[in-house]
Amino acid sequence: MDKKFTIMQGDEACAMGAIVAGCRFFAGYPITPATDIAEVMSSELPKVGGTFIQMEDELGSAAAIIGASLAGVKSLTATSGPGFSLMQEAFGYASMTETPTVFVDVQRGSPSTGLPTRPAQGDIMQARWGTHGDHAVIALYPSTVEETYRYIVTAFNFAELYRTPVVFLMDETLGHMRESFYLPHTDEFDTVERIQTEDLKSETVYQPFLEDSELYDDIQPLVSMGRSRFHVSGLFHDESGFPIGESDLASKLMKHFTNKIKLHLDDILIYDTYMMDDAEYVIVAYGITARSAYRAMKLARSNGIKVGMFKPITIWPFPTIPLKKILSKVSGIVVAELNMGQFAHEMSRINRNMVPMQTVLREDGQLIQPFDIVDALTKLEGESEE
Amino acid sequence: MNRSEASEYLRNNHMPTVWCPGCGNGIVLKATVEAIKNLKYSKDDIAVVSGIGCSSRATGYLDFNTMHTLHGRAIAFATGVKLARPDLKVIVMTGDGDSMAIGGNHFIHACRRNMDLTVIIFNNNIYGMTGGQYSPLTPTGSYATTSPYGNIEKPFDAVELAKVSGATYVARATSFHYNLLTKYIQKGLNHEGMSVIDAVTQCPTYYGRYNKVGTGPGMLQFFKENSLLLSKVKDMPQEELEEKIVIGEFVEMEKPGYVNEYAKLRKRVEAKSHAK
Ligand SMILES: Cc1ncc(C[n+]2csc(CCOP(=O)(O)OP(=O)(O)O)c2C)c(N)n1
Ligand code: SF4
Repeated sequence: MDKKFTIMQGDEACAMGAIVAGCRFFAGYPITPATDIAEVMSSELPKVGGTFIQMEDELGSAAAIIGASLAGVKSLTATSGPGFSLMQEAFGYASMTETPTVFVDVQRGSPSTGLPTRPAQGDIMQARWGTHGDHAVIALYPSTVEETYRYIVTAFNFAELYRTPVVFLMDETLGHMRESFYLPHTDEFDTVERIQTEDLKSETVYQPFLEDSELYDDIQPLVSMGRSRFHVSGLFHDESGFPIGESDLASKLMKHFTNKIKLHLDDILIYDTYMMDDAEYVIVAYGITARSAYRAMKLARSNGIKVGMFKPITIWPFPTIPLKKILSKVSGIVVAELNMGQFAHEMSRINRNMVPMQTVLREDGQLIQPFDIVDALTKLEGESEE
Repeated sequence: MNRSEASEYLRNNHMPTVWCPGCGNGIVLKATVEAIKNLKYSKDDIAVVSGIGCSSRATGYLDFNTMHTLHGRAIAFATGVKLARPDLKVIVMTGDGDSMAIGGNHFIHACRRNMDLTVIIFNNNIYGMTGGQYSPLTPTGSYATTSPYGNIEKPFDAVELAKVSGATYVARATSFHYNLLTKYIQKGLNHEGMSVIDAVTQCPTYYGRYNKVGTGPGMLQFFKENSLLLSKVKDMPQEELEEKIVIGEFVEMEKPGYVNEYAKLRKRVEAKSHAK
């Protein structure tokens, strides 16, 4: 099959990939650097029988996509930090009601209005803990335009499979950058489709929150609205979706939220490793920073430093297992990110001073230069020789 | 409609309701069920979305596709449901705080878009669920736990707000006027576009008690004595209407709305891309 060479902007790739994933509803509110996603969706969705709406704010946008998804249509919203903050209550509702949804956050310099047109990776922790209470979450983070196109499909699939809101984190630089790549054919993607209520056996009383599903391995899939006539609520609920007061049942529900992710870590954790075979050091970086890190790795290698790289695509759940394996083999680690150490903090939690660690951090709206990472590697080498 | 006819539309295993004795929420719920029964809608074809508040608990008792959502956001959730599934009849059940305070923005914009929703405001002039604080619909001078010296704010008129924002069916009745309320809800359901029914109802536990209007029956008596039909008040001076509840149909018109306009847009775009 002939592949089509294409050039796309990151935001555009996000929107076009979402359509490939089967997204047919978008609700959003304009905000730099995510606006382009809404613009592309407004022009593309009607072509494929989908629906676009520009809501009055992000509170409404998040609510509308959850409503649309519960009604049976795969849904997306896209925003940046200030809007993502406004969406947090609804995000928790999507977690509680286990509603498949995808929230794109094209990050900007922050907090507050911050640096609207500058890159930052400051929403790592917000993606994990932005809404109140313990909850499950999956967050993916692409580092190229092509990855954006591919992994937004994964984001939709994860949302359906694990019945959870998925955060798709992007960098301002990536959102606005144009890159060329071979456009994957849509046949290359497996997409997880919603079960329609008509497909249920007529005698089934559909329980939206059943733990052991007959329909599907363990997680009960969401069925579109109609004959199923189920109830959802942000209150603690039992299998049927109705409120419960008993604390042991509440605890069971909370464990279900975390377990459904924990038990599928092998399928959820996506990451790339580079030149790790003989590596004595490792650079850990994600998103746009991974690209500086890759260059730094090459530069350091040419200086004789045996360094490899770990690039997580799944930021949450945290890639603890693969990272621990790497930590047991290397004698030093560099974490590079565009914030004051959010990923590095998690990293040191699992490292527990096992190996020396250096951080390369930047929070001024500028990208990390490969040389800054090479410098950190050189320091690390010095440290381990001491 | 007798009890067993009503129970066909209810989740009887989740009864009794959480509502206080004498609360008007059950009356509005019953009027809604009766309206649906009269229209012979299939239960599968109805989605009901509520926010948070005493009144918003109504969705749990209704045997339709139901969503109990977030405080203030019911209309936004419902917008998503309707746009995803235009074949469903989408009803919003919301409190006066839910729709006029925290959810005011969604309310006016859904009216402006003439979104095809039927919004039933359980208007008890107070925040019931949180224990009787004043709402944007609490009359000036009324007492609430957060207006212990009398409310100094001026309330919204939900009907006027719906009207100026662009809703295409707007009506008001009280829980005392059960038949009228049922009729308006029925017309609202039948209407294409944004329908707003301001269902004035009683919260005897807080509003009735703090303002010495009485218990459930006492408040119904108050609604009976203080309501005037719109058709009767046309020539009355404004001052005489100040303390009164004007009931009736305020707006009934046909206008394009988002759902249909989007379907047309889609056709236009599809035709264009086929032509290419
Ligand atoms: C974001 C948020 N803020 C505040 C609350 C607390 N709260 C719950 S119900 C309610 C007011 C309910 O009043 P109303 O909407 O008039 O409904 P009623 O209980 O009177 O039927 C408030 C303030 C909440 N649940 N969520
Ligand atoms: S507090 Fe008021 S509104 Fe709430 S259930 Fe009791 S009477 Fe009804």
